[in-house]
Amino acid sequence: MKIDRRCFLSFVIGGAAGTALSPLPWKLTDDLSIWSQNWPWTPIPPKGETTYVTSTCTLCPGGCGISVRRVEERVVKVEGLKGHPVNDGGVCILGASGIQLLYGPSRVQAPMKKVDGAWRSISWDQAIAEIASTLKELRAKGQPQSVAWISDTDRGTTAELCRRFLTVYGSPNFIRTPSMQDAYEMALYLTQGNRAMAGFDLAQATFVLSFSSGLIEGWGSPPYLFRAKSVMRQKGGRMSQVEARLSKTAAKADQWIPIKPGTEGALALGLIHVMLKEGLYKKDFVETRTGGVEALRKIAGDAYAPEGVSRTTGIEAKAIIDLARAFAGAKKPLAICGRGSGRVPGFVQEYLAVHFLNALVGGINTSGGVIAVPEPDYIEWPEPEMDAVASKGMQQPRVDGAGNGRYAMTRYLLNRLPEALAAGAASPVQVLFVSSSNPAYSLVDSQSTAKAFKRIPLIVSFSSYMDETAAMAHYILPNHAYLERFEDVPAALGFPKPIIGLSKPVVSPLFKTRHTGDVVMQLAKAVGGTIAGAFRWESYEACLKQTLGDKWDALRKNGYWVDAKFAPGAFETKSKKFEFANADIAKLPAYASLKAPGDETSFPLTLMAYDSMRLTAGYIGSPPFLVKVLEDTILKKSDVLVEINPATARDLGLSDGSSAVLSTPKGNASVKVFLFEGIMPGLVSMVRGLGHTAYDRFLAGKGVNTNDLMGSVEDPGTGLEAAWGIRAKLTKA
Amino acid sequence: MEELKANLTSPGPEHGEKEDGAGGPIILFFILGLIGSLLVGWVAFPALLYSQKKQPIDFNHVLHNGLVDNGCESCHFFREDGSYSGVPKLAQCVQCHEEANSENSEEITFVEDYVKKEREVPWRVYSRQPDCVFFSHVAHVKTGKMDCVTCHGPIGETESLKVYEQNRITGYSRDLWGRNIAGLKRNSWDRMKMDDCAECHEQAHLVPGSVQTQKDGCFVCHK
Repeated sequence: MKIDRRCFLSFVIGGAAGTALSPLPWKLTDDLSIWSQNWPWTPIPPKGETTYVTSTCTLCPGGCGISVRRVEERVVKVEGLKGHPVNDGGVCILGASGIQLLYGPSRVQAPMKKVDGAWRSISWDQAIAEIASTLKELRAKGQPQSVAWISDTDRGTTAELCRRFLTVYGSPNFIRTPSMQDAYEMALYLTQGNRAMAGFDLAQATFVLSFSSGLIEGWGSPPYLFRAKSVMRQKGGRMSQVEARLSKTAAKADQWIPIKPGTEGALALGLIHVMLKEGLYKKDFVETRTGGVEALRKIAGDAYAPEGVSRTTGIEAKAIIDLARAFAGAKKPLAICGRGSGRVPGFVQEYLAVHFLNALVGGINTSGGVIAVPEPDYIEWPEPEMDAVASKGMQQPRVDGAGNGRYAMTRYLLNRLPEALAAGAASPVQVLFVSSSNPAYSLVDSQSTAKAFKRIPLIVSFSSYMDETAAMAHYILPNHAYLERFEDVPAALGFPKPIIGLSKPVVSPLFKTRHTGDVVMQLAKAVGGTIAGAFRWESYEACLKQTLGDKWDALRKNGYWVDAKFAPGAFETKSKKFEFANADIAKLPAYASLKAPGDETSFPLTLMAYDSMRLTAGYIGSPPFLVKVLEDTILKKSDVLVEINPATARDLGLSDGSSAVLSTPKGNASVKVFLFEGIMPGLVSMVRGLGHTAYDRFLAGKGVNTNDLMGSVEDPGTGLEAAWGIRAKLTKA
Repeated sequence: MEELKANLTSPGPEHGEKEDGAGGPIILFFILGLIGSLLVGWVAFPALLYSQKKQPIDFNHVLHNGLVDNGCESCHFFREDGSYSGVPKLAQCVQCHEEANSENSEEITFVEDYVKKEREVPWRVYSRQPDCVFFSHVAHVKTGKMDCVTCHGPIGETESLKVYEQNRITGYSRDLWGRNIAGLKRNSWDRMKMDDCAECHEQAHLVPGSVQTQKDGCFVCHK
């Protein structure tokens, strides 16, 4: 028998027939399809019992209630808490992406120490002992005031523990990061005499006049304001947005009034001028409950007649008069300010002017108006015993200049810290603690900030994430992530009632992190003496429970406590009235629109930063999900797009999508151009929140940090950061 | 060249004889190929496709069934929200097995290796469907009043857990396709493929897949 090619073919044909008659091909097809539909490397949420934990989101000061869905021990979704007074089931995109901040790659997993420029893990005990030993040395040298603490908030138990630590240690240098809260609080303090937070009863208003406030772009508590704005509009309310750029808020408003940037205060004074001249104000309120309206007539005198204001703002005189009449004629008008998401405090004169508008129409502490929400007062700890070093240290002037001289009324001036650090032979701050804030990124003129911070011999970061400030620190003592820890949330930004939220652990800490509150107490024990004596709690949780007292049970159960019967208190000025003028207001220099810094000939354009709900620009870096959903008019691959008017582009020879170099007196950056009809000629607008060098690969190296290109502008009256833009130049790359 | 010409002009009788002569081996090879591939497809392939894995603990369903009041649901219960607990967690077992209750080596292993170390037992689930399948127990058992046996067979009457056969390609259990490699079945619980779901839904004239829409559709079961 000869075996040839035909035999082989025959064998193959027989094999094929046999295979077809066997289950092999059908079963293989089925298995391969199951395999390809369920790639084994695709993460699958675990199966198991589903539970919900009620908590409060602490990713921004919005104070929203959240309901966190867990399967067994794994968090799978963050939803808004239904029935919560602030957000009633709503959640913003950052809140919904919060899981990535728990499980994401930029977490700092254990205490770290920088040795020869590289991070090394260190035990908690050793880290605390080493830092405490430096603190003891400084005290021995009689320099307790050279310790400073930067925190995103000055309210709530954790912030109060940090401040208490500094106080008993002997340093007045507790500094809150800047935001529009500073300017609003100042405006309320100057006119109403009380240290209070501004709340906005937007849902009940019938006409909202917004001076560049991004009501749907992160201003105040986003889900609260999203909903309040919708309710207001559904009830027939109207909204006018005064803004240099067609922001998303402007696009959603009934009327968009483009204005030359930085002149919003002049427009507010122009409106006051028209209202006073035409008698368009609530006479009973102004006559009985306010004082100094005559002085206001002088402030908003002829200099603010419509024609002059028209020249300053670029808005037609008739439009100014119409706007004043529409505002004053509405049943419940409300004027608000604070640019974009309110990240930069701004010019206090502008806030005052806008606040005066509300007072003229009687919209103070009333339905549909601005409500002075008292600062929370539930933290009632016994006064700590201070030793001589502490008492002496506390009498030293603050390093940022707040509370002294020109800035006597201002409480915190973090924007002035870099300058103070740079002056003198040695840095006036020897130890800097940074909790829940990222000043090296988020302060205007961040490059100078980072440079000044390099002069500080010891920076201790409490960050849960490897952010820019943590990256330049000497120690990182990582806090639990926000879904792993207890925290009281003493207010909801812009919400018109006192509310306390409780953030509680949804899962046990994943890593070797510790609550900053606990670490502060441990540091105090390690330093010893009266400092240790000021902290008599066993743990942060015990401290929180004791502090909240009879509210604790309600907070554990519902996640929040709200003062439903709240009625705003009386004015606490000397006259017990709302004051348009008084000695403190008189000390402020007269209003003059602040110019963007820089030389107009070398830098013919003006750069402004804008905010997007899809990016965060503060301490919390945008999680990967946010970067993923960014529009391609903001970010293309790693390039940020800047908005310019097509007319500006024609003059510069730029076209849509072309590469360009953006220069300001502070630096240069490579950008791409996006032609946008919604921005005035002569302006360049760039999103805030990109250009990170730290965090993870999903965020770092994308776009440009606007703060790197911006220059600080000081409000002459208060010292607060008032930068709204900077002169710039755009050249073809 | 001459030879070539001859070949071209007359095929010659030799060629035909050769073909006839090779007929036998050709058929033989065909049969060899056929039988070989049938053996591969029916015997070797199933043997190679599945890996045999023992359960971590040999669980006795009969024994436990005799000790509980509520049948299968005593351990495989529905949660308050209607979701199905599936295979019990350690927390349930510990209610009776904080300490070993017998000399049984399996129980002692269970207590020593899992209860005392607070480790969950990595049970292998015979009926675990691929992740692309959505199945609601409560809709079938509570609303549809089906019993467990219809789909899972008389597992409650076994004294020992059978070997878990894992499909090397998909990673899922052999019991989904069924023991029979041809996919034939005698009992309703022999297979758990989509056709088996459809068969029951058609035959019994039950409510369509979706209670909400009263319709069948891909997304009722494949979310």
